[in-house]
Amino acid sequence: MANTNSNSKLRQFFAGDLWYSFVHSPVALISFMITALCLVLAFSAQVIAPFDIFDLAAIDLMDADLPPPWTSDEGDSRFILGTDDQGRDIWSGILYGAQISIFVGFSSVIISAIIGIALGLLAGYKGGRIDSFIMRVADIQLSFPAILIALLIDGVMRGLLPRELHDELAIYVLIFAISISGWVQYARTIRGSVMVEKHKEYVQAGQVIGLPQHIIALRHILPNVLSPIFVIGTIHLASAIITEATLSFLGVGMSPTTPSLGTLIRIGNEYLLSGEWWITLFPGAALVILVLSVNIFGDWLRDALNPKLQ
Amino acid sequence: MTLLATKNISIGFPSRHGMFVAVKDVSFSVEPGEILGIVGESGAGKSTVGNAIISLLQPPGKVISGEVWFNSKRIDNLSVEQKRRLRGKKIGMIFQDPQTSLDPLKTIKQQLVETIDLHLRLGRKGSEKRAIELLEQVGIPDPQLRMHHYPHQFSGGMRQRVVIALALCGEPELIIADEPTTALDVSVQKQILDLMRKLCIEKNVGMILVTHDMGVIAEVTDRVAVMYNSKLMEIGDTKQILGNPQHPYTQSLISAIPRPDKRIERFPLVTYIEDVIEPQDEFDLSSHWLGQSRDFSMQVEEDGTILQVKDLCMRFQISNSIFKSKRRYLDAVKMVNFSIKEGETFGIVGESGSGKSTIARMVTGLYQPYSGAVHFLGKEISAINHTPEVLAYRRQMQMVFQDPFSSLNARMRVMDIVAEPILFHKLAASKEEAQHIVLDLLKLVGMADDAYTKYPHQFSGGQRQRISIARALATRPRFLICDEPTSALDVSVQAQILNLLKDLQQELNLTMMFISHDLPVIRQMCDRVAVMQHGQILELAETEQLFSEPQHNYSKHLLSLMPKLDMITERPITVTAQAVQG
Repeated sequence: MANTNSNSKLRQFFAGDLWYSFVHSPVALISFMITALCLVLAFSAQVIAPFDIFDLAAIDLMDADLPPPWTSDEGDSRFILGTDDQGRDIWSGILYGAQISIFVGFSSVIISAIIGIALGLLAGYKGGRIDSFIMRVADIQLSFPAILIALLIDGVMRGLLPRELHDELAIYVLIFAISISGWVQYARTIRGSVMVEKHKEYVQAGQVIGLPQHIIALRHILPNVLSPIFVIGTIHLASAIITEATLSFLGVGMSPTTPSLGTLIRIGNEYLLSGEWWITLFPGAALVILVLSVNIFGDWLRDALNPKLQ
Repeated sequence: MTLLATKNISIGFPSRHGMFVAVKDVSFSVEPGEILGIVGESGAGKSTVGNAIISLLQPPGKVISGEVWFNSKRIDNLSVEQKRRLRGKKIGMIFQDPQTSLDPLKTIKQQLVETIDLHLRLGRKGSEKRAIELLEQVGIPDPQLRMHHYPHQFSGGMRQRVVIALALCGEPELIIADEPTTALDVSVQKQILDLMRKLCIEKNVGMILVTHDMGVIAEVTDRVAVMYNSKLMEIGDTKQILGNPQHPYTQSLISAIPRPDKRIERFPLVTYIEDVIEPQDEFDLSSHWLGQSRDFSMQVEEDGTILQVKDLCMRFQISNSIFKSKRRYLDAVKMVNFSIKEGETFGIVGESGSGKSTIARMVTGLYQPYSGAVHFLGKEISAINHTPEVLAYRRQMQMVFQDPFSSLNARMRVMDIVAEPILFHKLAASKEEAQHIVLDLLKLVGMADDAYTKYPHQFSGGQRQRISIARALATRPRFLICDEPTSALDVSVQAQILNLLKDLQQELNLTMMFISHDLPVIRQMCDRVAVMQHGQILELAETEQLFSEPQHNYSKHLLSLMPKLDMITERPITVTAQAVQG
């Protein structure tokens, strides 16, 4: 039963307008393919990367600061995009770095969404004081830039945790910091939709049946307000990756030994003026490609799902 | 001389699933000074015809074949620019919703003067003078002063008058009115129709009046074209079409109109429109699930009263302030008293804003009354707490809502929607039993067997309303509140739903509270009626008595506004049954 049901849902999806407009939109197709390619490359880093950048024994300081072999004779054909100041392969660094960036991005989007949906549903359905309180907190938070909040949380964590533990937990602190700074958008969107939905007659019908409030809120209202979340999510994913990169660039994110894309860019930045451009350029380009493709896909999704723009 | 003629026009909307043809081979003509009605139910293509004549089809719609002739000139092949000049100047348009067809940021004067100057080039002074004349003609008092007001400062009826004035700006020879009175109350509707009639004769303007409402057709049109399923069924003099319809569809449509002048047992012939399964089996309540395990510990009072409402008041706060004296309130319901006996249908009728829906919501516990009490089966239930004790009473009372498009959760399957109350109130021992009951209920309300796996959006409005009724029945209620259950439906579907409600009431011995703004519907459905205005019950009487001898002035006024369907004779309704089968 469940199987045939999901089958027919799948068929419905492929016959639906969303799939049609996806197949017929080159922008959507290309951006989706690039995003998918980035994901596949990043998560197969352990397999396809020529070097393991975490393996200190494999790093030779003699290989440090080599330019890409196709730009200069000094290059080594093993390091296709050159090496950094410690002799690590840039291409491998990008693959592993993207893995961390994407992991941080996805996790914080999911956590932000859960927090935002829960608070938005509560605020929209209950209204009154609870609504005012949650929304004022959201307003206060919106008046600070997300980076500042993430910096603050990271700083507090640094103070609380001993140094060794902090490096180990750096990635979770990052995810926490980015999630906390991002929930407001979700909460506001959900709250608005809930306030519209809760006056519809199907909600009143539930009340007349005698259903308790939590069942009405979770089973009836929630599924009807979720669709904008996917759109906010894709756009937020791009901004979460950038926030991670920014924090790492500022030196409060990932440690240099487990580099994310942001960390790689920061390391390279110090050498940019001495002519070693490849250390920062290639990770930077990888970041731009990833974020741009996710963003364009999210944009398309927003328009495709919005009936007013069709 | 013929003013406008369409010759075999077909209109299509290309989509990725192929061409959707909204209008097929429609031909008609309009003479100067004549009102031609185009009547049909939703999806019949009647508005599309109107829009095609003035080239305002929603893209990607287009005329795929046929010709439109205006003043002996072909106009469907003109350039975009030439068509634009024709619009407003030679052909005026009146839209359905006066709320949205005026620019809210401009005064009436700005809008009128701009349009007049564009079409007639009278200059500023001249246009202003003309605007005042027009406003006078459409019956706006004190036009010199009123023309400086913004649209929101006018009432709905006045706003529609302004829209008509706007349509007259270019001194058109033809006016296309698309459902011009649908958004208005009955009392205003009559005035607007009279006005349109008068203007057509005075100015010798031809008019195409697109509507779904046979009452409007009977009131003002000279000739009428009946459309169904994108085709023209029948065209002819209004008297002849209404009194002696030839086409089976027209006959079916006319027989489905609730008659204001007498009560009939059932609407005779409504199967032409939507295929439904009429449950043929004899229904025995004592053996059926719906009759079993009724909670008979809750007894009606000795005189048979099931619901009693005492001094019920409802007050909404419309502006808040920290100072008590500055808060403003709206009294939606004022000191309402009535009681309903088991097995009867109690009607509440009134215009929009009279407080009738508010009463329903207080009775079902959606709103907490400001003061007063609701006694149901002898128990006070007006507080909104959901204690198990009150819940048991609430279960006996269910509601059918007005809008079938928002009263079902779009993300749930029909099966889950109807099963939810059964499972929640533990009225079935297992999920299998609940499923069995749901199938039975769906059959009872006339839904096809495969309906239960589908989602609400796969059904039409009438079918959704049936699902809604099935859900209301799922708690095995004794008391059903219907809040305008058919006002969002086409007339033929309305007839089917009303038939269904009547049948269910008889079979299940339900008590009903039936709320409507539509007097003919009330007459067909109710045993007793309360007439409401401004939150008060003005008159409460037996239905037949109210219709024959209304006591209160407002009741008389309401009755006088009912559309006159005198042209519909007795004969066709009884004859039609054979006519269709034959």
